[in-house]
Amino acid sequence: MIPAAFEYYRPKDMAGVLSLLEEHGDDARVMAGGHSLIPMMKLRMADVPHLIDLQDVGGMSDIEIDSESIKIGALVTQSDIIDHAGLAEAAPILREAALQIADPQVRYMGTVGGNVANGDPGNDMPGLMQCLDASFTVVGPDGERDIPAREFYEAAYMTAREDEEVLTAITIPLPKGSYAYEKQKRKIGDYATAAAAVQIIKDGGKCVSASIAMTNLSDTPIYSANAGAALVGTSVDSAALKAAVAAMLGDIDPTEDNRGPVAFKNHVAGIILSRAIERAWSRA
Amino acid sequence: MKDEITRDERVANLKGMGCSRKRVEDARFTQGKGNYVDDIKLDGMLFGDFVRSPYAHARIKSINSEAALKVPGVLAVLTADDLRPLGLHWMPTLAGDKQMVLADGKVLFQGQEVAFVVAEDRYAAADGMEAVLVEYEELPVLVNPHESLKSDVVLREDLVAEDGSLPNGAHGPRKHHNHIFTWEAGDREPTEEVLANADIVVEQEMYYHRTHPCPLETCGCVASMDKVNGKLTLWGTFQAPHAIRTVVSLISGIEEHNIRVVSPDIGGGFGNKVGAYPGYVCSVVASIVTGKPVKWIEDRMDNLMTTAFARDYHMTGKISATKEGKITALKCNVVADHGGFDACADPTKFPAGFMNICTGSYDIPTAFLEVDGVYTNKAPGGVSYRCSFRVTEAVYLIERMIEVLAIELNMDAAELRRINFIKKEQFPYKSALGWEYDSGDYHTAWDKALKTVDYEGLRAEQAQRVEDFKAGKTRSIMGIGLSFFTEIVGAGPVKNCDILGLGMFDSCEIRIHPTGSAIARLGTISQGQGHATTFAQILASEIGLPADSITIEEGDTDTAPYGLGTYGSRSTPVAGAATAMAGRKIRAKAQMIAAYLLEVHDNDVEFDVDRFVVKGAPEKFKTMKELAFAAYNQAIPGLEPGLEAVSYYDPPNMTYPFGAYVCVMDINVDTGVTDIRRFYALDDCGTRINPMIIEGQVHGGLTEALAVALGQELAYDEMGNVKTATLMDFFLPTAWEVPNYETDFTVTPSPHHPIGAKGVGESPHVGGVPCFSNAVQDAFRPFGNKHTNMPHDHWRIWRTANELGMHD
Repeated sequence: MIPAAFEYYRPKDMAGVLSLLEEHGDDARVMAGGHSLIPMMKLRMADVPHLIDLQDVGGMSDIEIDSESIKIGALVTQSDIIDHAGLAEAAPILREAALQIADPQVRYMGTVGGNVANGDPGNDMPGLMQCLDASFTVVGPDGERDIPAREFYEAAYMTAREDEEVLTAITIPLPKGSYAYEKQKRKIGDYATAAAAVQIIKDGGKCVSASIAMTNLSDTPIYSANAGAALVGTSVDSAALKAAVAAMLGDIDPTEDNRGPVAFKNHVAGIILSRAIERAWSRA
Repeated sequence: MKDEITRDERVANLKGMGCSRKRVEDARFTQGKGNYVDDIKLDGMLFGDFVRSPYAHARIKSINSEAALKVPGVLAVLTADDLRPLGLHWMPTLAGDKQMVLADGKVLFQGQEVAFVVAEDRYAAADGMEAVLVEYEELPVLVNPHESLKSDVVLREDLVAEDGSLPNGAHGPRKHHNHIFTWEAGDREPTEEVLANADIVVEQEMYYHRTHPCPLETCGCVASMDKVNGKLTLWGTFQAPHAIRTVVSLISGIEEHNIRVVSPDIGGGFGNKVGAYPGYVCSVVASIVTGKPVKWIEDRMDNLMTTAFARDYHMTGKISATKEGKITALKCNVVADHGGFDACADPTKFPAGFMNICTGSYDIPTAFLEVDGVYTNKAPGGVSYRCSFRVTEAVYLIERMIEVLAIELNMDAAELRRINFIKKEQFPYKSALGWEYDSGDYHTAWDKALKTVDYEGLRAEQAQRVEDFKAGKTRSIMGIGLSFFTEIVGAGPVKNCDILGLGMFDSCEIRIHPTGSAIARLGTISQGQGHATTFAQILASEIGLPADSITIEEGDTDTAPYGLGTYGSRSTPVAGAATAMAGRKIRAKAQMIAAYLLEVHDNDVEFDVDRFVVKGAPEKFKTMKELAFAAYNQAIPGLEPGLEAVSYYDPPNMTYPFGAYVCVMDINVDTGVTDIRRFYALDDCGTRINPMIIEGQVHGGLTEALAVALGQELAYDEMGNVKTATLMDFFLPTAWEVPNYETDFTVTPSPHHPIGAKGVGESPHVGGVPCFSNAVQDAFRPFGNKHTNMPHDHWRIWRTANELGMHD
C-alpha cells in the first residue's frame, strides 16, 4: 500500500495549476481532498507521476446562495456541506446525502469537487447533482466553461472534463419542492448497493415535476427522465410508483459484484427508489 | 499493632479476584503510547517486503531481479534459490506439513511469497517489488475441495513419490494426491446402525465459509542478528513467543540460548498470530546476510490474503431422535479446505482440532466424526479465530442440527435443547466422542435466559408477525436466534496435547520484592485480553499483596518462563492456574516465616486476606508486606532468604465454559437488511476474575461473531482470486453495526482448576455465530426454510426470501 514515487506540487493559484497540467499532460492529476485518488495510488492502480494539490489555490472553498442558485466551490468538504445552515435550508437533500457518505473522518477531508470530478460510479454526489440538474464549471487553457452534470459522465472514471481542465465549482439551480436521498449500503463507509435522489414538486395534490437519479447501478450515475415523467400528473399512488420504478429499471444497468447479483440489485433499486419517492412526497 | 481498617476494606484494597479493576494497560493504549512491533526502530534497520504471486496456481519460469537491484535503496532480492543452500526455502508447519518460504518452482495460492526484497526503507522496497520480473505459466486452479479430491491436477508434487505412490502424511495414509489426512473420532458402525433404525433422522449439508481473524495490527517482525555475540533477537507479533523461539532454533540451527524472542504490545491476534510465516524466516535470513536489523510488516491486503485464515469447513450432519425428541445419534462428515499447505494450528494429535466436541451440550449416546483435510489453491492457515481449535465449527454444526431436527419434529427448538441437555448430576460427563466435560448446569442457565428475554412472549409476537406478513401488512419478518454452547478450552494436558512435540503446559514465576511489591512473569502473551490486570488480581487474592503492587510481564523469552502462549482461551485455564499455584508456594513459605516471627508452630497460623494470623488470636498477625521484608532481611533458621516461586502447570483436563444466548432480529425480505433488536448473552466461565473484563471480552467476541455470521468472508472466484482483500469488502463491524448487548452469568466453577476459572475470551464468538445465524434461519422457518449458509449478508438473505417465494 505504498504509491510509486511522484512529484508533489502545491501551486498558489490556478495559473500555476494549469501550467503544470499543460506541461505534464496525462502524467499529472489534480487532487482536492485526496480520498479517492490517494487510495488508488497506494494500490498502484492509478499512476500519477505529478500530483498537483489544490489546497493552496484560493477561491474554491465557499458556498454561495442567492435567489436563483447555489454555488459550491470544488474544495468544499462533505463536512462543510453538513454544517452549513443556509444550505440545509436551501437544499436539504445535500445534507441528507452527505451524511450518508463514508464516515466523519473521510467527510472532513473528502470534497464535493473531488467526489463529482473523479467519475467513480460509487460516489454519491454525481447522481445527486444530476437529480438537481447542476452544472460543473471547469477551467482550462482556453478559459472557463460549464458542463451540465447530466452530460458529464461518459463511463467509469471517464468524464467530459479534458485532461488539462480543472473542475472549480458546482452550480445548482435553487431546488424547489421536496426531496429525499435514500441509500442502502452494507456497512458504514460503504458505497451504495443502490441509492436514489428524488426532488419532487407537488401542486394541488398532484406531482407537477419530479427529478430522479440513481447511484452505483451502472458505470455512470443514471438520471432517469422517464422515471420522473412517470410521476408527473399523478397523485404518486402505488400505480405511479410502480411505473416510476419500471421506468428507472429500464435505465439502469447494474453488474454483479460483492454486493450481490444483478437481480438483487434491480430489486433493491426498486425498493430504494420507492422509499425515496414516498419520503419526498410525504414531505411535500 | 492496631488494625485501623476493617476486613472488608482490606479485601477491597487488594483489588483481587471478583473485582472490576480498571485495566492497567489502558493508560498507554488510550494515549497512543503502546509499543507495537512497527514502533520498533533500530539503527541501520532495513525493510523487507514480498513480491507476491498474482496467480493462484502457476509454475515459475524465471525471476529476474536485475531492474529491482538498480532501484535506489534496494540492497538484495532473495529467492528460493538463495535460501536453498541454507535449507530454508521450505519450513515445517505447525500441522506437520511443510510450506514454501519462497516459491520453489511454483505457486499454490494468490499472494504467495515469491521473492523478498530488502531495502533501506519500505518505500524503496515497494519500488523494488514492482521492478522484479517474474514469468509465470498458469496452471489449472482448484478452489473447491470436493473437486480437488477428484481432480487429476496435482497440487503438491513434493508429496507424490517418483513411482506415483502417495507416502503417508503427518496424520496417516492419504487417499488422493490432493488429500492431506482422514481423522476419525467415535464409533462408525454403532452410529450408522442407530441412524439406520431411528424413528426420526435428518441430514443437513452446511458450509462454514472461509473467513479471517483480521486483527487491527497485521503480522510483522524485526530480526536483528548480532554477529559479534552470535545472538539473534526477534521482535514480532507472536501469540506464542517461546514456541517461535524453539521453532526458529530447530529451523536455523542457532542454539536456543542465542535466540531472544520478544512479543511487545500486540494489537489483537484472534489466532492469526499463532503460526510461523515466511516473513519471519526471510527477515532472519536477511539480517544474517546483511548484518543489520530487518523489519517486515504486512499491509492489510497481505494479511487478509496470505496469513492464516479460519474455518472453510464443508460439513454434513446426520442426527437421529425418538419421536419425543430424545437424540440418539450424531454423525458428522467434514471436507476441510486447508489451502496449498497444511498450516493449521492445532495440537499435533488433533488435525481437525477439537471438532469432536460437536456433540455440544447434549447427552448424545452414540456419535461418529470423520474429517478429510484437502489441498486447494488457497492460502494456508486454518487457525482458531477467537475460538479453541475448530470449536466454532463444531458448535455451529450441532446448533444448526438441533434447529433442523426441531423442524423435522415440528417442535420448539428451545424445548428440544432442554430435553437433551446433559444433566447437572451427569458431570463429570464422558462424551461419545471422547471428552470428559468437567462441570455444568445447563438447565439453570437455559431457564434463566429464556425467562429474562420472555421467550414465550417473543414466540407470540413472532406468530403475529407471520400473520401480518401473510396478510401483506409488513415486509419485515422476525427471527429468534437461540444457541447453547459448550466450549472446550485450556489446552491442555501434556499427555494428549502438544504442538510440534512441545507440551501445552504453561508457567508463572513470581518474585516478591522486600518492600512487599512483586513481579510475576508468565509464558503467555496478552493481545488485548488484559493479562496485566487479571493475573495481578489472581495473585493479589492468593498472596495478599495489592494488585496495584504487582507487575505482570510477558512476552520476552529471555526473562519469562517457558510457556505455549495465548490462544484457544488457554491463558486463564493454564497460566492462570500456574499463577495461583506459584502464589500458593509463596504463601507456604510466608506461613513458615510468619510462624517463626509470631513464635508459634507453622500449623498455628492461618492466612487471612493480606496476613497470617495466629489461630484464635487475630490481634497477633504479620502482614504479607512485613513477611516479604523479613524473608529478605531477617535470618530465619532453616529457611533460605528470599521469596520467589515458579510453577509449571500441566492441567489435568480441559475446562468447559458454556453459555445461553438469544438474539431477536427483524429482517426486511426485500432489501435483506437485518436489524438486531436484542442480544442476550449468559456466560458461565466458572469463577469470575474481573467482571468488567469479562463483559468487554463478551462484547468483542459477539461483535466478531456478528461479523462472521452476517457478512465477513474471504471469497474466491473460480481463478482463485481473493475477492474480499480490503476492508471495503471484508466486513469488519464498527460501532454503527453493533447492537446493544445484554450480558448475564451463572457461576459453575471448574472442579479441577485451582481457582475454578474456565476462560471466557472465545465463548461469545463460539456461541454468538450460531445465535446470529439461527436468528436469520428462524425468521424464515415459518416460510419453509430448513437451512441456508452463512454469511447472511443482504443479497444472500434476499436470495433466501426469493427462493421461498416471498417476492411473488
